[in-house]
This record gives sequence, structure tokens and C-alpha cells, in this order.
Amino acid sequence: MSKLKSTGQQTADAPTPEDAFHEAATYEDREKGKAPGEKSAGPVLAADGTPLKRSLRRALRVQKMRALMLIAPLLIFVLVTFIAPIADMLFRSVENQIVSNTLPNTVEKLEGWDASQEGAPGEEVFESLYSDLFLASEAKEHTRLGTRLNYEQTGLSSLFRSTGRDVDDIGEDQIDALEDFNEVWEEEGFWFNLMSGGQGAEKDTALVEEQRRRLAALTGDDYDAEIGFAPGAAISDLLPRTARAYTAFALFTVVDDEDVVAEEEPWEAVKVALIRELRAGVDLSGYDGPGAAELRATQDMVADLKPIEFKPAFLASDEDWGTNDIWTTIQMYSPPFTSGYFLNAVDMEKTPQGPEARPETQQIYLMLFERTLFMSLVITGSCILLGYPVAWLLANLPMRTANLLMILVLLPFWTSLLVRTSAWKVMLQQQGVINDVMVWLGIVDDASRLVMINNQFGTIVAMTHILLPFMILPMYSVMQTIPPSYVRAARSLGATNWTSFWRVYFPQSVPGIGAGSILVFILSIGYYITPEIVGGTTGTFISNRIAYHISSSLNWGLAAALGSILLVVVLVLYWAYDKIVGIDNVKLG
Amino acid sequence: MADTGNSDAFVAFERVQKSYDGETLVVKDLNLSMPKGEFLTMLGPSGSGKTTCLMMLAGFETATHGEIKLNGKPINNIPPHKRGIGMVFQNYALFPHMTVAENLSFPLEVRKIGKSDREAKIKRALDMVQMGDFGGRRPAQLSGGQQQRIALARALVFEPELVLMDEPLGALDKQLREHMQFEITNLAHELGITVVYVTHDQTEALTMSDRVAVFDDGKIQQLAEPDVLYESPDNSFVAQFIGENNTLEGTIKEIKDGLALVELDDGEVIDAKPVNVNKPGERTLISIRPERVEVGTERLGPDAHTLKAEVAEFIYMGDVFRTRLKVAGKDDFIIKTRNSADQRRLQPGEQVEIGWLPEDCRALDAV
Repeated sequence: MSKLKSTGQQTADAPTPEDAFHEAATYEDREKGKAPGEKSAGPVLAADGTPLKRSLRRALRVQKMRALMLIAPLLIFVLVTFIAPIADMLFRSVENQIVSNTLPNTVEKLEGWDASQEGAPGEEVFESLYSDLFLASEAKEHTRLGTRLNYEQTGLSSLFRSTGRDVDDIGEDQIDALEDFNEVWEEEGFWFNLMSGGQGAEKDTALVEEQRRRLAALTGDDYDAEIGFAPGAAISDLLPRTARAYTAFALFTVVDDEDVVAEEEPWEAVKVALIRELRAGVDLSGYDGPGAAELRATQDMVADLKPIEFKPAFLASDEDWGTNDIWTTIQMYSPPFTSGYFLNAVDMEKTPQGPEARPETQQIYLMLFERTLFMSLVITGSCILLGYPVAWLLANLPMRTANLLMILVLLPFWTSLLVRTSAWKVMLQQQGVINDVMVWLGIVDDASRLVMINNQFGTIVAMTHILLPFMILPMYSVMQTIPPSYVRAARSLGATNWTSFWRVYFPQSVPGIGAGSILVFILSIGYYITPEIVGGTTGTFISNRIAYHISSSLNWGLAAALGSILLVVVLVLYWAYDKIVGIDNVKLG
Repeated sequence: MADTGNSDAFVAFERVQKSYDGETLVVKDLNLSMPKGEFLTMLGPSGSGKTTCLMMLAGFETATHGEIKLNGKPINNIPPHKRGIGMVFQNYALFPHMTVAENLSFPLEVRKIGKSDREAKIKRALDMVQMGDFGGRRPAQLSGGQQQRIALARALVFEPELVLMDEPLGALDKQLREHMQFEITNLAHELGITVVYVTHDQTEALTMSDRVAVFDDGKIQQLAEPDVLYESPDNSFVAQFIGENNTLEGTIKEIKDGLALVELDDGEVIDAKPVNVNKPGERTLISIRPERVEVGTERLGPDAHTLKAEVAEFIYMGDVFRTRLKVAGKDDFIIKTRNSADQRRLQPGEQVEIGWLPEDCRALDAV
């Protein structure tokens, strides 16, 4: 076809009045006494002097737009419901921002830590962990992080949950001492005045914005509301950590608790930060803002207090904090993107020394992938074997009989998938129809009834049955286009029935087999319901594991990684199929 | 009318009947025998049973009753692939997944012919149809005419003695068809093969065949050489089906000395040669070929009956003039006259007298 077309003058599919016009125009140009060689030098021009190609494009643009409008609803639908979720899934399989969002300061501090050292990192990492974890536990986000990290190391979930409860108690004694020393440290109004620097003072709005972003990243909510507070520039300069903690408290109070900042007593974390900074010997001599006197007095007092030590406090809450493993895991999963899910999906794990295979007892996914591919191949093969004769009959029987047969082929489509699968359960189970009949016939002993369900056999039988129409229909539609005269010709040329089938009919039906196989294979590789019901433990597919991670373990990242691998496998197989068989050879009729 | 069993015949149908549904007969009591080397055409309208006959001969349909003999042996129970009959199909049926050479090689391979022999035979067959350079092409890359030649070469490559052709030229344009008609007949005569050719195109049948069997309603209406068929049709179906034909309805008045006196429906009386009419009073259809009608009485016998006619239309066709006349109350009476220098062009409305030799005017059965 294409050869025939290329010899024609028109590039458009069908001649239109415009074509005729252009043709006439170029003809006129020729008539106007142009030299014969002149024309071939430049592009062919239309009557108005624009290049012919451009005028043609313009003429076709309206048609193209109209065509695009017609498919627009479907296109949008596919984009929204298909392309976007797939992109989201691919993103989820590598996304890991939860660690750096929940523990931003800790992650930053951990960067310099050498995981090969024995034990846990030093005090300053624990100090960051305290401030991060305090905020996270206020926002109730620490359990999510615990769940996430628990995928990589068991026990982290409960560690984060229990420490989240205890984090309020760190520095308890020192806070009590502070409040006993001066009652103002319990007064909401005093705190508010101190931190805001009083009326008309210069404000540190940058800090507010920074904390807005931090909280938004932590909770995923919007913190853009007006909170009626901004730290004073002077105090923020003097006591930066306290100001930061108070700002976070202020934002949280207004946005999450819907209270007024000036009427709430600040968090323990704010007081802890104040005590730490005062003890660190901040120079208050130049400060004359609100609460300057109290601050100076308190600084003298806190100097005599026992220092707040975070590391022992965390270890007291749970001694696991002192182990190297936990910190290695946290450090390894600090970056915003991770290969961890994918390594997990192929039975490997991240270690400081690079990816390593998991211990054999923990390996499961590669075996599941292999099983899924193997069983899909078996199912495709048995569909070909069972479907080919049926498709042949459909294509060659007289119309009336063929229609009846076609209804029988389509009948499964009109029955619920669940019903069909459950029916196989009834058929195949040990007290089921087939076993009963075989026992009755004496083929099988009553004591040794065959196990045909909750294993690979059951899955293969049930799925072959369910997917058979997808094999028969494309084969049928291809076979229908093979005229009977080919086989007749072969036989008149001296070929036996078998030879004429094998050398003449079968090669022409291969595109149908190809189309059916692709359809069945791709459907079965992602099949879920049937293996779930009849597969037991040995007959389940990778999709069952994906579903488990989506709905039960809630490890969406791993589910996304498994799904992405499945997608890639299918695409690679499709590509290989195209290379070997050629996708042009696939016909649906 | 049709041949009966003949032991010398190469192909013979003996009392063959065929029914698909057990209620109606598609082929009714067919008797036909043809000698070796003959080119026989089965001609007839669609549904007349000609293709069914061909398929029975090829072995794709079984005869409901009767016997088909090839070379004296009954072949009813021999499967198609053992009959050794070459066949050219209507749509050529070239195997699309094989090259031209592979297509031709197929019948040789299934006969277990050695490779070198095969190649020689393929080359000879391709050269025979002037397609020697096309061995490596696929059928889809060939034009209709080229595919036709390949189909022919494939049917001939294993040197069958009998070749069946089922409307092989139906899909070609007129010019190519005429050319291929000529080539096929030449090839058949050169190779001395026996050909059964099915067509519904009467020109094709007349120009190509040694004999033509005209089929209608499951029966052979007439089996004869082309000229006999045209000039002496046995019944009015054949007369109507083959070539152009003028008909006039009437009643036999008298049959005497091999001549029938027919009274036309408007009362005029003419002479005709009785063919399948027997007794006075019978209804008859008079058949006269347009080119055998004489205008004026100069060339007719003194006592010949003539008819009055009025010119309705004059059509100039180049080599001939075609004039439509109103005769005996009908206005579809056509005459053809050669465009010779002295031929007069009739004007519409002109009154003329027409007549014919009695032997050109055949009194046939009234349909």
C-alpha cells in the first residue's frame, strides 16, 4: 500500500478541493515560464507564495483538531485514570521523603556520622532528634515514620511509638526547677511577650516562613494561616533555637489546635531549648526587650542546674537507641529518594557496604516473579492448545452452529468471575465433584483423594478456563479471514490433510495465536482474584503479594516497586515479542 | 443431448446428482464425457451448478448419486490430494506466507521430488508463464495478472493431465482478461492437457473452448462446439444466453418439409426452422440473430415471408451499425449491419421491410 501511495502526487489520504487548488496553482507557476531547473531548487510553493507543505499543513489542521476533539474525552479519561496513577506508582517506588521531612535536623546532623563506628552517634545528633521527634510526636507523625522504617528494620515502629510518648519527659527536672524559680515561665502571656519582642518590635518573619514550610512538609497540611505571632528579631537573634521551637509551637497551636498563641503555655521543647541556650552562656548584656530581667536572673539560676543530656534520656526510654543498627538504617534512608523498595522487591537489602542479597529464609519475591511468569506461560500454552480447535470449529462450521458455539464461548463472560472461580473450588476440592466421581469410579482410593485446589494446579485450571475466551476470540477472527480455498488449493496440489493444515493453514493462523497469547499472557501475569481464591500458598502470584502490601501491610512503596518491575517485565516481553514475531503479525481480525 | 457413458472418455460424469440439503438437487442427472486434450468450458449463470460440478471433479464435494470417472476409473472415493488434478481458483489461492517459488515448490515437495528436479521444474513453469524473474516475490507484491500467471504455473508445475479452472479471469480487467484467455488456450494446446474451465462469461467460453457445456438449473442445456452453440442453439435458454438474440412469440401453424410456418401474435406469418417444436398449435419462441436479419428483400427467396418494421433508433458503433426496430408490436428488435461503404444508415421513423433465411430463424420452445 505504502509503495502505491508514494508514487501518487497527493500526500493527503483523499483528494480534497484544496488539493486540486494547490495542484492548479503549481501548474500555473510552471506555466508562467519558469526555467525547468528553477523549481527543483526551492520548496514547492502554493499560489500565495507560501511553501506547499505549510499550506497543506494548514489545510489539514482543522481536520486534525476536529479529530483530536473527538478523542479528547477518552484521552483525558485515560490520562487521569491510567497514565497519572502509573506515574504516581513509579514515583512512589523510589520516593522516601518521609525521613527527611520528619527528622530534618537529625538527618542533617547524621550526614557526617560514620556508620562503621561502634554504637550510636553523639549527643548533638540526639539533641536534633529530640527537637525533631518532639514536633513529630505533637503532630502524631512519628508513628508513620516508625512504620516506614519498620519495613527496613523490624522493631523501629514500636521504638518510635514508645519514645514518642516519653519525649515529653526529657528535661522534666530542669523545667520544674525553671518554673519553681520564677512563675513567669508558666505564664502564656509572658512567653508571648518575650518571644514576640513586644509591640512594634522588629520581627523575624523569615523564621515563621521557614517553620511553615517545615510543618507543611512534616504533616502534609497547609500552614499558610495567619497566626498573629512573629518572633522578635532581637530574641530570635539571641535565642535562635528557642525562637524556632516557639514559632513551631505557635503555628501548631493556631492551625492544628485552633487556639490563640498568647493564651497557651509553650511546649516542654521550648523550655528545654531555653534552658540549653541560657546554660550555653548566651550574652544577654545587650538585650533590653521584654522579659530581659527575668532572662538574666534565670541564666544565673540554670547555670547551677544539672545539664540536660539527651542521649542518656533516649537510652533510658529505649536502649535500642544506643545500637548501631538503628542509626545505620536511619542514615541509609535519609535521602529523599531510595533504591530500597526495588532492592527489597528483588530480595535484596541496602547495607552500608552496598546492596546485598537477603538471607535465603527471607527471600520471596524473585521466586514469586518466577512462578508468576512460569504459570502465565503454562496458562497461555494450555489456552492455545484448548482454544485452537474451538476457534477452528467456530471459523469453519456453518453459520447457525457457529453462532451457538460462539454463545457457549462467550457464556463465561456473562458469569461473574467470582462465581466461576468459586465453581472451580466446588469442582476441584478434595470432597468435590471430580474427586467424588473418581472415587465412585474406583480410579482413586477414598483415602488418597487428589489435591487439586489451593495449589498451582488449581490456579492453572481455573485461570485457563477464565482466560480461554481471550484466546479463542482473536484466533477466531483471524481464522475467519483465511479463505477455505487455500486449504483446497493445497489439497488439489497433492498435500494430505495434515500437510495442508500444517504448511498452509497454520502459518496463516499464527497472527491470531500471537494476539491471543499476548492478551492471555499479559492478563494472567497480573491476575489477582483467581489465584487469591484457588491458589493457596503455592499457587499465588506476585499480584497477590502486591495486593497484600497495598491493603494489609500498607507498604505502598514496595507494592509500587513490585508493580513497576511487573510493568517492566511485561514491556520487555512485549518488546522481545515484537523483535521475534513482529507486532505487525498480530491481528485481532 | 448429452453424452452418455463412454469408456474412451478421459473424464466422465455418469448420472451424477448433487444435493446439499436433501431437498433440492443442485445438479440433476449430469452426463458428460470428454476426451483427452479437450478444452471444455462449463458456462452458465450463477447457481446453475457448474462450479459444483467442478468441485465434485476436484474432490471437494461428493456426488450424492452417480459416478465420476477419470481415465476410466471411478474417483468418487479418492481424496482430492490423490487425484492429481491441477486447479486454478477464482481468487488464485496463492499461499500468502510463501514466495512465488515456494508456492510452486509446494506440490513438488509433497510429491517428494528431489531439490534439483524441483528447481528445474519451477523454472520451467515460471518461464512458461513469462514470470521467470519473480520467484522471490510474495504474492501480495504481484499484480492481479501476475498472480493469475503464478496460479496457472502452480497448477501446471506438477504436470497434471487434467487442469480445472474456476473462473480464473474473473478479477482481471477486460484487456488483461482477453490477453490471458489467449495465453491459457495456447498453453493448454501446447501442453496437450485436458482443461475443464468454468465461467459465466460467454465470450470467454466461445473464444477459448473446444466445446462448451451450457448449464442451467442443474442440467446441461447444450454441449457443443462454440459455433454450433451460437448458430444452432438447441433451446431458447441457450439462444438467449449465448450472444445477442431477437425473439418473437408466436404459434406454430404448420410443419412441412423441415420448415415451420409460425403465426406471430400480431397475426403476421413467417417461416422458421423447427428445432424443438413438434406440432401445430404449440407456442413457440422465434429466435433470430441480429446480424442475420436482412433489410429489404433483394437477397431473400421469392416466396419468403417478410415483416414490416419501423426504425426506432439508430446507433453508430464504429465497425457495425445497430438499429432498433419496432416489429410485430415489440420495440426491442435489434439488427446489426456491417459498416461497409455501401451500407445505408436508417433513419428513425423510416418504414422498412425485414426478412431472413428460414434456416437462420429457429422456432424454439416457448419459455
